[in-house]
Amino acid sequence: MTAPTRSLLVADARTKARNRAEARFRAYGLAAILLSVTLLGILLASILSNGLSAFRQTEITIPVTLDAAAVDKGGKGDLSSLRATSATAYGKLIAKALKDELARQSIPTAGLSDKDIAALISEQAGADLRNRVLGDPRLVGQTVTVDALATGRIDGYFKGRVTLESAEKDSKIKPEQLHLADAMRDAGMMALRFNSGFLTNPDASEKRPEAAGLGVAIAGSLYMMIVVLGLSLPIGVAAAVYLEEFAPKNRFTDLIEVNIANLAAVPSIVFGILGLAAFINFAGLPRSAPLVGGLVLTLMTLPRIIIPARAALKAVPPSIRDAALGIGASKMQSVFHHVLPLAAPGILTGMIIGLAQALGETAPLLLIGMVAFVRDMPGLPPGGFLDPATALPVQVYNWTQRADPAFTERASGAIIVLLAFLLIMNAAAILLRRRFERRW
Amino acid sequence: MSISLFLLLLLALAAAAYVAGRARAEMVAGGDIRRLHSLPRQHGLNLAIAFALPALVGYAAWRMAGAGGGLWASLLILALGAASALAVWLALKPETRARNEVEAATKLFLVACSVIAVATTIGIFLSLIFETIAFFQKYPAAKFLFGTKWAPDFRGGSDLGVIPLLWGTLYVSAIALAVAVPVGLFAAIYMSEYASPRVRSLAKPAIELLAGIPTIVYGLFALITVGPMLRDWIAQPLGLGSSGASVATAGIVMGVMIIPFVSSLSDDIINAVPQSLRDGSLGLGATPSETIRQVVLPAALPGIVGAVLLAASRAIGETMIVVLGAGAAAKLSLNPFEAMTTMTVKIVSQLTGDTDFAAPETLVAFALGLTLFLITLALNILALVIVRKYREQYE
Repeated sequence: MTAPTRSLLVADARTKARNRAEARFRAYGLAAILLSVTLLGILLASILSNGLSAFRQTEITIPVTLDAAAVDKGGKGDLSSLRATSATAYGKLIAKALKDELARQSIPTAGLSDKDIAALISEQAGADLRNRVLGDPRLVGQTVTVDALATGRIDGYFKGRVTLESAEKDSKIKPEQLHLADAMRDAGMMALRFNSGFLTNPDASEKRPEAAGLGVAIAGSLYMMIVVLGLSLPIGVAAAVYLEEFAPKNRFTDLIEVNIANLAAVPSIVFGILGLAAFINFAGLPRSAPLVGGLVLTLMTLPRIIIPARAALKAVPPSIRDAALGIGASKMQSVFHHVLPLAAPGILTGMIIGLAQALGETAPLLLIGMVAFVRDMPGLPPGGFLDPATALPVQVYNWTQRADPAFTERASGAIIVLLAFLLIMNAAAILLRRRFERRW
Repeated sequence: MSISLFLLLLLALAAAAYVAGRARAEMVAGGDIRRLHSLPRQHGLNLAIAFALPALVGYAAWRMAGAGGGLWASLLILALGAASALAVWLALKPETRARNEVEAATKLFLVACSVIAVATTIGIFLSLIFETIAFFQKYPAAKFLFGTKWAPDFRGGSDLGVIPLLWGTLYVSAIALAVAVPVGLFAAIYMSEYASPRVRSLAKPAIELLAGIPTIVYGLFALITVGPMLRDWIAQPLGLGSSGASVATAGIVMGVMIIPFVSSLSDDIINAVPQSLRDGSLGLGATPSETIRQVVLPAALPGIVGAVLLAASRAIGETMIVVLGAGAAAKLSLNPFEAMTTMTVKIVSQLTGDTDFAAPETLVAFALGLTLFLITLALNILALVIVRKYREQYE
């Protein structure tokens, strides 16, 4: 008796090959998912590792004597005569104080000129001290402790961006200055501290990356979000209610529907061109204004709000409408008193996600002039809506265009702030959905 | 009178009209509101609308006519609204159908809001077409459409051929799709056919997170991480180029961005394939992967093509990743490690900064915008039609 050539109990070569193909196919699928998740991880890790250091800044702590002769050239001691003193004069005062303090602590400064020593301090430090004195004129004549910003290169040295080798080739910093910085750190004069100015200061010029902050960008983004929320919530909900509850089925409403589906997929930069042509060139609104940015983002966000709002309205069962109509409510009353409140959580969730997308949008804002360099905070509403401002994502773009590598760190830091806002908004949307979601 | 002051005044007067209408309705009813056709507050609203609507329309017409906000004109317009409200107030009787009037006005508002979507499309089209016509009057259309050289010069004598930009756009998008389609499709297949509900509930939001990240973040990622990495590890050792910004950089990063567009839609579509088809195939002894390759995917193919088309439209219109990752030099080259540029990059560069709206070098951005709009519109419509048709097939 010969053994059977084929058996269900013994896998033949062909079955083995098929099973291997099966395992391979499955592995490809798993690999695709793992790859996507890994890429997400790398993306976030890269941004975090580049940007977290933007939240810390090197400061030089020195006592500065605010000599009345030096800071009050008018000699009257009132605000107007104090204003006559320039930030440069304060800068010189700080430079001198630094030199004196180095001498007092007997920190060696061999091989460095006075100018080299003064160059450790940011050009911004003088302006900051001037503002402090203007805010409190009684400081004149006293000795105050000043936390002056160090320049971007020194800051970069403490953060590992600048090294002794790179300083050899760098015209903006000498290795001796870095040695001095080390000595100052050991003496407790220089340290990395939390950088609150990053969130509140306006942007700064190419030469002083250490002073650049997100204040104007955050204010501009906030103003734009107010405009987007104020316009797109009522308009989006009204459009969704009409299309879902009232619209007759005809060619016109079909046209509107196709239109909305299409608008949701139009490239965002096209909305920027629309904003430039319609709001700035045609309607004559000012460039760089949060109002114009808000209008452009509203048009862009509307379809992305209408679509989920319609889905939320559709999810409310017809029995609710029938019950309302049955006890004598008008169609309008049944919608506004019963259907809309029940659909509200879903609509709000879509709204928050739409707002989050609008917050991260960059390209259309570039075209309406929000890349401009803005030093002044926009005013209070309603006038502030027309003041020039920038936006968080545009500020990131702006900083990537600067030559100094210190701005790359700032750009990554700005993205962390942006992502933090997005995270909060999306978390709110998820919580809202969890809390109020209803299964019929 | 400034707009905000006018609106504030209008709001205050409308509130007054509401109170007056309510009081009048209660007075007419003689203390028994059951005698009224509509509730007092509906009468109040009716009066407020009768005041605010003509005033708003009048004010809008006045501003549109190009007139400034004169004090007397504003007051006159408010008086007009007040007269209309007064007429309604005087005519108020118990049987006045205030609710119907208010509802008609509400419906008008709802219709107006849904028409904004159409108005936006018309606005986009008009703003693109007018400036494009102005551009073609200054620069020959044939040279724009078939020119192979892009060298704008604001002193005149520019070459504004769209072909190099189109090539860059398509090259970057092709690389993006080459990354996103296999990864997205396999991810979708695994999630819909193999994954346990637990894995699915974790993996799906994680992948969709990729779609929620702003494009500027991807742009920076391309600029500071992917670009230098590709340059140092691949391009320079192979002698293919020394530029961090390249078609490959932008394409790969954009591919990561559009993975969720492919995977989400494909996942929905694969899930919509009827279970009976799978059961039939498995019952005949096919392995799950054979079932997927030979039954599920062919059945889902039109929908998947739709998803890929939508992803392609996304890639073609994407701006920030290419602005930061692809470079600015317009080139016709096959080397993926060379910096090239796209239509969206040039729209940004021609329209930012000081622009002169009479120069063809500025106006060309609108022609580029129109080209981009038409390409993406065609892709979107095609994709929508395919997906819609496919959905009907199994419903």
